[in-house]
Parts: sequence; C-alpha cells; structure tokens
Amino acid sequence: MIQAFSKVSRTIDSRTGWLSAAALALTLAAPPSALAVQPAEMLADPAQEARAREISKELRCMVCQNQSIDDSDAGLAKDLRILVRERITAGDSDQDVLQFITSRYGDFVLLRPPWETSTLLLWLSPAAILLAGGIGIAMATRRRRTATPARLSADEEKRVAKLMREE
Amino acid sequence: MTAELGHYALVLALALALVQSTLPIWGARTGDDALMGTAAPVALAQALFVSISFAALTWAYVTSDFSVVNVYENSHSAKPLIYKISGVWGNHEGSMMLWVLILAVFGALVAIFGKNLPQTLKANVLAVQAWVATAFLLFILFTSNPFLRYEQAPMEGRDLNPILQDVGLAIHPPLLYLGYVGFSICFAFAVAALIDGRLDAAWARWVRPWALTAWIFLTLGIAMGSYWAYYELGWGGWWFWDPVENASFMPWLIGTALIHSAIVMEKREALKVWTVLLAILAFSLSLLGTFLVRSGVLTSVHSFATDPARGVFILLILMLFIGGSLSLYAWRAPTLKQGGLFAPISREGALVFNNLFLSAACAAVLVGTLYPLALESLTGEKISVGAPFFNSTFVPLMIPLLIAMPFGPLLAWKRGDLFAATQRLLFAIGVSVLVTVLVYAFVQGGPLLAPLAVGLAVFVIMGALADIAERAALWRVPLKVSLSRVRGLPRSAWGTAVAHIGMGLVILGIVGETAWKTELVQRVKLGETITVGRYALTLDSLFPRNGPNYQEGVARFVVTRDGANVGTMEAAKRVFTARRMPTTEAALLTHGLSQLYVAPGETITESAIDVRVYDKPLVLWIWLGCVVMVIGGGLSLSDRRFRVGAPRTARARKAALQPAA
Repeated sequence: MIQAFSKVSRTIDSRTGWLSAAALALTLAAPPSALAVQPAEMLADPAQEARAREISKELRCMVCQNQSIDDSDAGLAKDLRILVRERITAGDSDQDVLQFITSRYGDFVLLRPPWETSTLLLWLSPAAILLAGGIGIAMATRRRRTATPARLSADEEKRVAKLMREE
Repeated sequence: MTAELGHYALVLALALALVQSTLPIWGARTGDDALMGTAAPVALAQALFVSISFAALTWAYVTSDFSVVNVYENSHSAKPLIYKISGVWGNHEGSMMLWVLILAVFGALVAIFGKNLPQTLKANVLAVQAWVATAFLLFILFTSNPFLRYEQAPMEGRDLNPILQDVGLAIHPPLLYLGYVGFSICFAFAVAALIDGRLDAAWARWVRPWALTAWIFLTLGIAMGSYWAYYELGWGGWWFWDPVENASFMPWLIGTALIHSAIVMEKREALKVWTVLLAILAFSLSLLGTFLVRSGVLTSVHSFATDPARGVFILLILMLFIGGSLSLYAWRAPTLKQGGLFAPISREGALVFNNLFLSAACAAVLVGTLYPLALESLTGEKISVGAPFFNSTFVPLMIPLLIAMPFGPLLAWKRGDLFAATQRLLFAIGVSVLVTVLVYAFVQGGPLLAPLAVGLAVFVIMGALADIAERAALWRVPLKVSLSRVRGLPRSAWGTAVAHIGMGLVILGIVGETAWKTELVQRVKLGETITVGRYALTLDSLFPRNGPNYQEGVARFVVTRDGANVGTMEAAKRVFTARRMPTTEAALLTHGLSQLYVAPGETITESAIDVRVYDKPLVLWIWLGCVVMVIGGGLSLSDRRFRVGAPRTARARKAALQPAA
C-alpha cells in the first residue's frame, strides 16, 4: 500500500497522467470521505434503482463506522450494493432482498435492528420512558393536589381558632 | 523550554485546583469567611496557569516544534497558520487541554461576576467546579500529556488529518466545548445547592443565564458540525445519527429541557427538584459525550481496551461525577421543599410536557447509541443501530412537541384555558392549513406527508408570532398602542418567539431537503450538460492544481437555471502530500435558500468524471434556523432581569438619594 502511494506521488510529481494516478490512490486507500453509489453500478430501470437505493439505506457497511452501504465507498459496500441490485433484477421483493442479505451477513448488517428478545428493550424503551414519565407526573400532581391543602398542624389549628374568635 | 513551562504551569494549575476543591467548601461548612474568600482568587489563578499552559502548547504548534511528540504527530511545517492553531485541539491530548482551559475560564467568570451570590453558595460552586478541573487535570497529566518530548526531534511533522483541515472544523470543537463546559457551571450550582440544602427562585435566576449560554454555544457547535459534515464528508447528508453526533445532541436535548424548566422554577418556584436533576443530567451527558468521542469506545468495545490506562481513568471520572452527583441527589432531593401548585393545563403544565418529550427523545438517542455496546459486552451479540432506528423513534416523539409548542406561551400560569389559547391560534392554524393545501396542490413530487410537515413548520412559526401579537393586543387596541406595547415587551418574550421561529425554520429546511431534493448520479464527459432539479450543469473543464500542502484534480461546471447563468462550481479530489491521504471536495452553489451540491465520484479521468449532484431546496434553513434559535437565546440572555445587579443598584441609588433630598 505504502509503495503504491509513493508511486502515486511520483506520478503526480512528474505531472503525467496525474488524474488516473489520483484515481488509483483513491481505489487503493479507503478514504474517510465517501463516494457511495457509482454510475456504473446503477440499474437501467429507474423504479428498480430507486428501490435499490432505499434498501441500501437500511444496510450497514460492515467495515465502516455507522455508514450505510448507500453512503460508503468501501469495497465491501460496493459488493453489497451490486448484490442488492442483482437480487432486485432477479425479481426479489424488498423483504426478500433484506432476508437474503441478513441470511448471509447476520443481523449486524441491518441498520434497523430486528424485533427480537435481545432488542426488545431497545425498541420499547423510548415509549416506556415516555409512559413512565407521564404516569409519574400524573401521580405526583394527584398526590400533591389531594395532600397539600389538608395539612394544618395542631398548633396552626389553635392559632386559626384563636384568630377566628378575635374576629 | 516552552513545552516544559507549559507542563509545569499545568502541574501548578492542578495544585491550585486542589486548593480550590477543599478550602472554600471547608469554609462554607464551618462558616469561615476567610476560607470561603479563597475561592475567587484561587479560581482566577488557576485560570491564569491553565492559560499559560495552553499558550505554551499553541506556541509549540505555531513554531512547528517537532521535538514535542504531540506536535510531530498532528502538525506539519507547511500547514497554513490557522490550521496549525486549530491543530492544537484536533487531537485527543490537545482537545482535553481546550476542555480544561474553557473550564478554568468559566470558573474565573463565576469568580468575577458572582459578586451578588450568597457567599456560601459561591464558595461551594467554585469548589465543585474545581473538583471537575482536578479530575481533568489529573487525566491529562497521567494519561494524555501533550508536552512529552522526543530525545531527537524529527525533521517534519506527520500533518493533521486532512479532513480536519477546514475552517468549519477549526471552530466546531471550541463551540461544542463551550457548550459542554457551560453545563458544568449549572452542574456546580446544582451540586452546591444540594450540599447546602437551599434552593429557591434566585438559584434558578443564577443558573438560567449559564444554561442559556451553554445552550447557545452547543446549538452553534452542533449546527456548525452538521454543516461541516455536509460540505466536507462529501455525500450531501447533514445528520447521520452517528454516535459522535448523538453524543453532542443528548446534552442539547436535556439542556433545552433545562432552560425551559428553569423558567418555571424562577417564576413559580415549582419543578425545583426536577430542574436540579436536569442540571446534573445535562453535564453528565456532556461528560459522557466528551468521553464517548475521545475514548474510542464507539469504534468498538475492543479499541477501548487498547489503552487501559485511559479507559479505566475515563470510567472512574464518569462513575465519580455521574454516580456521585446522582447519589447526592437521591439523598438530598427529598429534603428540598416543593413550591407552587399548578393545574395540568397551564404554562407550567405545557413546560412539563416539553420536558417529558425532550427527556424521552434524549432517552431514545441514549439507548440507541449505547445499546449495541451494552449488548456486545454482555452477550457478545453484535447489532447495528443506525439512522432508520432513530428516525422511527425520535421523529414521532418530536411531532407532539412541535404541535404543543405554540400553545405553551399562550397559556396562563397556574391555570390556563386551552380553548382560549386555541382561539388565539386560529389565524396561525388557518395559515398553516392554507399553506399545506397550496403545497399539496402546486408542488410536485415528494412524499404524501410532506405538505403536512410544511404545515406543521408554518404552524410553529405563526404560533410564535401569534404570541407576540397577543401580548401586543393586536387588533384589539389601536395599532399605535400595539406598536408601543411591542416595543415595551421584555427581551425574554422576544427570545422565546424568535427561538421558536428558528425551530420552525429548521423543520422547514429539513422537510424541504428530505422531501424535495433531486439527485443524479452520472458519468459526465467534457462539454456534456446534465439537468438536476431546476438546474443545468455543463462540465467546462478538468485540470490539475497545487495547494499549499495538497495536489488536486478539479472539475469545473458552468451552471444555468432557465437559461440564465447562475455561476460556476469546482468540485475536486485532493491528495494531501504529507499523509498521502485522498479527500473529496464537494462544490456548493447557494441560490436563494437552496443549494446545488456536486460531489466527485470514484472515477476521474482527463475527459470525464463520475459525479453525484443534488438540488436541495430550502436546505440552508436547517442551519440558518439554528442561527435564528441562537439569536432568540441571545435575546433572552440579554433580558434585564438576568443582570441581577442592575435593578438592585437602581433601588440602592434611589434609597441613597432620598435622605439628601
């Protein structure tokens, strides 16, 4: 890899064919910036291509950090993009494609974790917290509303009685 | 020599922080004025020494002193000066230095401007602030020392990561840290109040400006980071639900809840215990955010363990501060007296609603961010939680919040009238329905729900204006009276309205960008013209160019709209000489509030280039809306009741004048 780079830099320095040299450098290294889906990969049918793009957004580029295969330019992401398109041209439904990819790569490839016992807590916790918070607030308000007014100490009662007498 | 000076100054700062951690709080316990009095001067001295230390590190970067390991690893002599300076915080050690610098400066600000604070509260606040400083200084000195030297200095540095060499990223971390660390002051106030056992409306009045300041910086920092990712990472997205982004978003959500609940506490003495909890949580999430990003735990649970010293230290700090403060809270909070009662339908009730949904949204982000880590370390099972999860949990939580937003300011304190508030919003509702129908009828493409989302954004904006109109009694009194009423409105009322308008604008930008963007991925030959959305682009030329520390291949496009020339765009692929690292430079053309976005693709030859082109309508509102929100925050911050000294001195002066008269 490093040798390839020094070769690239020599080519650039000699100013001949620099563009293809830069392209070579890009295909060799996995840059942090992504280039994603390439013209050559795309399907001719716009409807099928649109489906492929939507599916790609649900699939993780397994060698990247938190990128979908639609966003990533890593080699593996490219392979997956092509695989998705192959399945679509073969007539698979969106669900079939996702199932096919998951059967090969496991749940890790799905950016939307599936409903399973191990992800139950993940999916339910936002709603659970909202619900718990709502119930907590309702209970607190009710408790305070019923409890607060009826609380005079014996001393205070005596003073009230005294004041009333003075009236 | 400067590096050693910097190191020495940092050690001295630690010694001062230790003094500041102990003496004032001891004084507050025993009622010793002299001991409490040490807090302010020591805080100033600590800020001075941290500044000296930070200046020394900056100097090493500016002079390219490659005998310092940190400079060698992250800088290069050919780098422009601004990136030499921003390189200071572009790495782990330096960013921690920036963190303690801001912490120390904020501590000094409390010392300087805290003259009106009750003495024990001030002493306790500064002591708690010093605990945080001590932990961070120890962390830097023991595990992340930026002043280490090579025995033999290398000739040239390894350069800063090229994608970090950007103006946006030069100011993004400082803004973010100003936000994170700003919440440390709220945290210090919360812990001090818990120690003291005293909590009143004055406390909220003291904390709210700090919370607002932190929130303003955090909002700016997040917006800046989002825009940076948008134009620099080169695939046209502006929010990725990346753990790093989530880490800064969580304190923002809780901080937003905090600035709202503090209003209730200040005006009505209610929600005290809850506000203190939010202050603790906002800073805890800031700490978590700092460390999630810095520790490498996000990349993988395993990379966390590659540097056990740092990892264990980080965990200790988190446990100490988050665990400690929450335990203190659990122990002391029940003893705090609850204040004002209110009906569910009231201004307070609306703000509780706001807090509930913001907290639940924050919980969704937190769970989504940490779940994969927890699951993997507990069961070894690896799952991914990405954008689709957050979009389907976070967004539904935001919708009720946005619908409720215009109602809040229109409800009265204690007991509000929902029907009357709705009546006052009839005009806003009418306008948003009209806009929805118009968008539905005249704008082509986009999902079916998009016009409704536009309507919601318009409702939020019009609702904020309705609040101002209501306060001015518009149409009910002569226009002149209304105008003078508008002029007389407190700044905080304007702040609320402007910030809410900003939120509406952000929604508008988000909807415009997601629902109506057009995308084209294509190979373009020299001289060829492509059409994307409302624009036509012609590939004019392809040529090489040399930058100060990089070489690039540039593709220049001429852009027209309806036959009229709107400008040229230059997208490029760069290779940075020092690290041999290639990057793509997307080209942006701003046209009104829309942007045309050209990202170069994989293949680029002398006669053709692969490109990804977007026409993104209204996209600029996403960030401009944030700026409007920040302006709202600023207006609220400049409200005269926050200058607590001001009314008091006026009264004092009057009192002083009376005997003379």
